[in-house]
Amino acid sequence: MIDATTRKLALSHLWVAFAAFIVACFMGEYQVLERSGFFPVLDSAPVYFASVSTHGVLMAFVLTTFFIMGFGYTIATTSLKQPVWNKPLAWGGFWLALVGVVLAAIPLLTGKASVLYTFYPPIVAHAAFYIGATLLVVGSWVWCAIMLVMFSQWKTANPGQAVPLPMFATAANAMLWLWTSAGVALEVLFQLIPLSLGWIDTVDPGLARTLFAWTLHPIVYFWLIPAYTAFYVFVPKQAGGYLFSDEMARIAFIVLAVFALPIGFHHLYMDPEQASGWKLLHGIGTFVVALPTLVTGFTVIASLEIAGRLRGGKGLFGWILTLPWTNTMVLSVILALLMLIFGGFGGIVNASYAMNAMIHNTAWVPGHFHLIFGGTTIIMYFAIAYYLWPLLTGKALFSNIMAVTQLWLWFIGMAILTTPWHVLGLLGQPRRISSVVYNNLLTLAWKPYEFMMIFGGLILLGSACLFIYNLVKTQLNPTSETVVAEEIEFAEPIHAVTTLPEYLNGLRLWNKVIAVLMAVSFGYPILQFFFMKTFGSSAWGY
Amino acid sequence: MQTEPSKSANLIQSLCAQFNAIHIDHLEKRWITISLMVVGLLVGIITLDAFFHGVNPPSKVETIDSASLHLSKEFAEDNLGVQVDGKGAVTIRMVAGRYSFFPKHIDVPAETPLTFRWVSMDVLHGVHIPMTNMSTMIVPGYVAQVSTTFPKPGEYPLLCNEYCGLGHNHMWSNISVIAKEDWKAPVKSPANGEQ
Ligand code: HEM
Ligand SMILES: [Cu+2]
Ligand SMILES: [Cu+2]
Repeated sequence: MIDATTRKLALSHLWVAFAAFIVACFMGEYQVLERSGFFPVLDSAPVYFASVSTHGVLMAFVLTTFFIMGFGYTIATTSLKQPVWNKPLAWGGFWLALVGVVLAAIPLLTGKASVLYTFYPPIVAHAAFYIGATLLVVGSWVWCAIMLVMFSQWKTANPGQAVPLPMFATAANAMLWLWTSAGVALEVLFQLIPLSLGWIDTVDPGLARTLFAWTLHPIVYFWLIPAYTAFYVFVPKQAGGYLFSDEMARIAFIVLAVFALPIGFHHLYMDPEQASGWKLLHGIGTFVVALPTLVTGFTVIASLEIAGRLRGGKGLFGWILTLPWTNTMVLSVILALLMLIFGGFGGIVNASYAMNAMIHNTAWVPGHFHLIFGGTTIIMYFAIAYYLWPLLTGKALFSNIMAVTQLWLWFIGMAILTTPWHVLGLLGQPRRISSVVYNNLLTLAWKPYEFMMIFGGLILLGSACLFIYNLVKTQLNPTSETVVAEEIEFAEPIHAVTTLPEYLNGLRLWNKVIAVLMAVSFGYPILQFFFMKTFGSSAWGY
Repeated sequence: MQTEPSKSANLIQSLCAQFNAIHIDHLEKRWITISLMVVGLLVGIITLDAFFHGVNPPSKVETIDSASLHLSKEFAEDNLGVQVDGKGAVTIRMVAGRYSFFPKHIDVPAETPLTFRWVSMDVLHGVHIPMTNMSTMIVPGYVAQVSTTFPKPGEYPLLCNEYCGLGHNHMWSNISVIAKEDWKAPVKSPANGEQ
């Protein structure tokens, strides 16, 4: 049984995450309704952009960060079999982050921070928005520190032994996030907060975009690593088999963490403030970071195949049928991989340097990231929640069939929402528009796709409600016999890890490698702003 | 940290030896080789395109004071729009400001290399002509330069594709791409003896 402190800590974090999620889902459905233009009463740019800004911040920053923290505490205590290091500090981090969220929510909801979740200057929001976001990040740094301390304490206490894989992945994510968040932290502390408070008159939007791009790519791997962790450490066991390779999992996590960082300029392909040589360098790195995902896909499918065959599956594809399709973890991974395959094709278009010009900032982009982030990543968050809830609350899951239905609905809803969204992008629709007023025939072709999106959104909203309902009913169930005295179960590798070089068991070396890669790929591109004659921009409203 | 070259060579050797001692299944090795080849191919294509075909996104790092465009010679109001220089090169100078692109309508020739030079007079914008690769971010303080050719004549919209304020969806203008033989250089152009 997981100890009481961890359970309380984890549940608190996860509930903040899922509360943010359900609120944001309602906003998402409002947004597809508003932008479709079928409901003139809804038409309002100020409300739309307040909503999209809040929806984006809740989904991308609040849901993810709190989920990752809650998940990390659970993984650390269960896989290392030691209590949370420095509990008061952990709670301090939680409250700091939560106060930050509330502080940022006030201007967001009152339309004083309709700057979207990317908050590009020189448009500025109310200072409380930036300060709140900073507190959220500082709260997450507390979590990083606790994870890294627990990681190294365990290594000191168990010299020469392999750190359990789930903790290795979690520690790699903590290191990744410290590096990742540094870029946006510099932007917010030195440019946006001073500008919004009137301490400085101008900022350079080119420098701001460069610093934001530092964060914008690796942050998606920060969100994704818990999903990959579940792929490696939960899925094989839940499917009734073994992990194909523990060593390759470690290599995948390391390559992810290292190469996610120095490649952010693929978000600046279309920008004038960076030269093409740097863009090409980051572009190449972007393809390199596809490697760990290819390896992960292979390992997961191989692990599933082992399980399917152990369950009596025969033939080339027979093993797929014998998999336990009603196990929420197994079903989620199958659906997640399907969305990843489609999303991956889209990603190749985005990453391809020159092809990017066709779809840059069109509706294709939100279509792509709803599929891969809202789809692949979030469906694994659901699976993890379904798996952890009985362990954290000590009560059996309220309804497995409801959970299975919910997962299928999420997959179907995502398909219906994001397919037309991609098409709209190819038909030239820009992202982030509250209504279509271009006096152009082109826009007639957009109508049916906008219509489809409303239905996709409705299915997703229904699915999200089922998810929350199931968790609430589980937790509030007074009569449930306490079935779950079980332990959390991590998958065993087919081959026990015999030899593990120190660099696959620690992060020191990789930290240095990252420092070098970051200096190479961001050093000059940032310094150039101080060498050339640049002109700042003063603050603008919106 | 070792500094002597022989020591670091030893270090690398021992790292490799440690790596070879790890158990990696032969199927997995094969898959990694395939993955590396696919990634190598894609990287090869974009690198070759960039070096030999000049396929690059807009990346001319050039600064300008967005707050005083009217004082700049190049982006003063009467210098905007389409111009042809003595050698016949077509340059189009455009200003983005909330909520339009100026001039509001331009005519350009089809099947002709065009150089667009975009600047912002206020906040961040983006401009895209749907279904073409005329796309760039317009960052205040910088000149965004794009070179492109439009193969087909027709009427195209220019749409702002970066959030620039509550009127973002109202930010657009028009461009007419005219068959090469029907297009006439605007009178303002140096090619027509002005400026
Ligand atoms: C109920 C399901 C959902 C619907 C109907 C929905 C719909 C939308 C819409 C219409 C936008 C505005 C896009 C634009 O104006 O270009 C948006 C933005 C966004 N959504 Fe969702 N969404 C949903 C769920 C999610 C999920 C699950 C995530 C991720 C976890 C997510 C992340 C985001 C982000 C980060 C933005 C901001 C994009 C931007 O600022 O350009 N959404 N969503
Ligand atoms: Cu990215
Ligand atoms: Cu705009």
